[in-house]
Amino acid sequence: MGRLIRDGFTLQRTRRAGADTRSGRWQVVTVGVSAAELLPDGRWPEPLRPLADAVELHLRPAPGGRGTELAIRPLGGVATLPGMAAHLVGDDPDGYLRQVLRAVRQLAETGEVLRADRPGTERPVGRRPGADGPVVPG
Amino acid sequence: MRALCWEGVDQLAVRQVPDPELRNAHDMIVRVRRSATCGADLPLLAGRVPGLAAGDVLGHEFLGEVAEVGPAVRRHRVGDRVVVCATVACGHCWYCRQGLHSCCDNGAAPGTVGEAAWGQPTGGCYGRPRTTGGFAGSHAEYVRVPYADVGAFTVPDPVSDDRAVFASDAAPAGWMGAELGAVRPGDVVAVWGAGAVGQLTAQAATALGADRVIVIDRYPERLRMAERHTGAETLHYEHTDVPAELRERSGGRGPDVCVEAVGVADGGGRPASLADRFTGRGGPAEDPLAVREAVHACRKGGTVFVSGTFTGFVDAFPLGAVMNKGLTLRSARQHGQRWIPMLLDRMARDELRTEHLATHRFDLDQGPAGYALFRDRADGCVRTVFTPHG
Repeated sequence: MGRLIRDGFTLQRTRRAGADTRSGRWQVVTVGVSAAELLPDGRWPEPLRPLADAVELHLRPAPGGRGTELAIRPLGGVATLPGMAAHLVGDDPDGYLRQVLRAVRQLAETGEVLRADRPGTERPVGRRPGADGPVVPG
Repeated sequence: MRALCWEGVDQLAVRQVPDPELRNAHDMIVRVRRSATCGADLPLLAGRVPGLAAGDVLGHEFLGEVAEVGPAVRRHRVGDRVVVCATVACGHCWYCRQGLHSCCDNGAAPGTVGEAAWGQPTGGCYGRPRTTGGFAGSHAEYVRVPYADVGAFTVPDPVSDDRAVFASDAAPAGWMGAELGAVRPGDVVAVWGAGAVGQLTAQAATALGADRVIVIDRYPERLRMAERHTGAETLHYEHTDVPAELRERSGGRGPDVCVEAVGVADGGGRPASLADRFTGRGGPAEDPLAVREAVHACRKGGTVFVSGTFTGFVDAFPLGAVMNKGLTLRSARQHGQRWIPMLLDRMARDELRTEHLATHRFDLDQGPAGYALFRDRADGCVRTVFTPHG
């Protein structure tokens, strides 16, 4: 297990002993809350917490009063295709981490993680009063 | 419920689909009373926007009454008559706090953002592919409204449905063109496009003190409507030399502010080339003819604002003219949450009238025919408005 080191406004999780030291690129979002609000009592925010053993994390104040810059990168580094190529072949840990960071930001800024509408095929068939009428093919 | 669904290129059908559901605590469900067509739908209809799937429900400009609220909704109750901003935005992120709601960091569900297309995630929109948020459209009996306290606005009693529905999208888009185009008292303003957004841009420019507003289009009925309802001068671009006419009407300087509000260019009747069709690029929808003309016409140091719908790339953009004339070039999808309360107040005071833009009204069952009319600009159609509940 790693540990958190407090360094001014920055919290850094150390690498696990013996871990691969190759560095992946930092993935960063700016979250419109303070570091204390983002990591209350040093606890990692959801949904990042399950990745606590897999990534290292840095925080620093964002300039201009924009909140906190939250950065993570995989512990031990990753060896993947770059950018769009990784996305196209479906092996894109950086894209996954950016998605997790966006969810962290949504939760911190709005109190919820926005969910897309489910496709009609996955929704229960229900009808509200007045939701009737003929179905007309185009 | 019934909904107007995209079925394939230029194919629409009214289908029976499951009712929408609350997915987040800040959601509400709206029973749709009015839902307008918009030029931004036409690239979707034509299959030029990746990601749209058969069965997806179109429509983003709408008004209705609240049917159900999530547990975190505070500003609205069941039965309220609301107009809903076409842009989905959280109201809390840095961009929303700056009034840049269409740039919202949190307006799309994670995993649906259009990062690959735009380089950054942007705010959501109803009735678009999942890459713009994942929210079904409003051409339906009911629609889910995320961030309901931020995106839905109670309509004042004196304002009719037919007027208020345009506070959802066209009116804020028009106001944005004039305000972010930095129209000032005494300005000469040129607006390309006499559709709903163009006419509402002209009205906004007048409200902000423009001395002279000139609207440019090629459809005589739209130009007459612009003259009658906005007081603007008009130019038929097939009958005159537009840049020369604008120079003449602006003391040789050129308009201070030029707003492109064409929506989706119809290419002046010019069909897409075979290469365009094969590659899916270019063609009428992506021809920035009006933007080019605006850049050349604008006075030195003036502002060009692009309101139209561009979905990809354009070629032959006069960047040299932008630089050498010291122009300011701005653009955005509309930040409606910033202006809708003010626009509803203006509507209530009868200072902003929009109902004339709803030239055609159809029940939802006639959706395919209504869109065909709108797409072809037939029968003087400016906007088709659907009434899903009659």
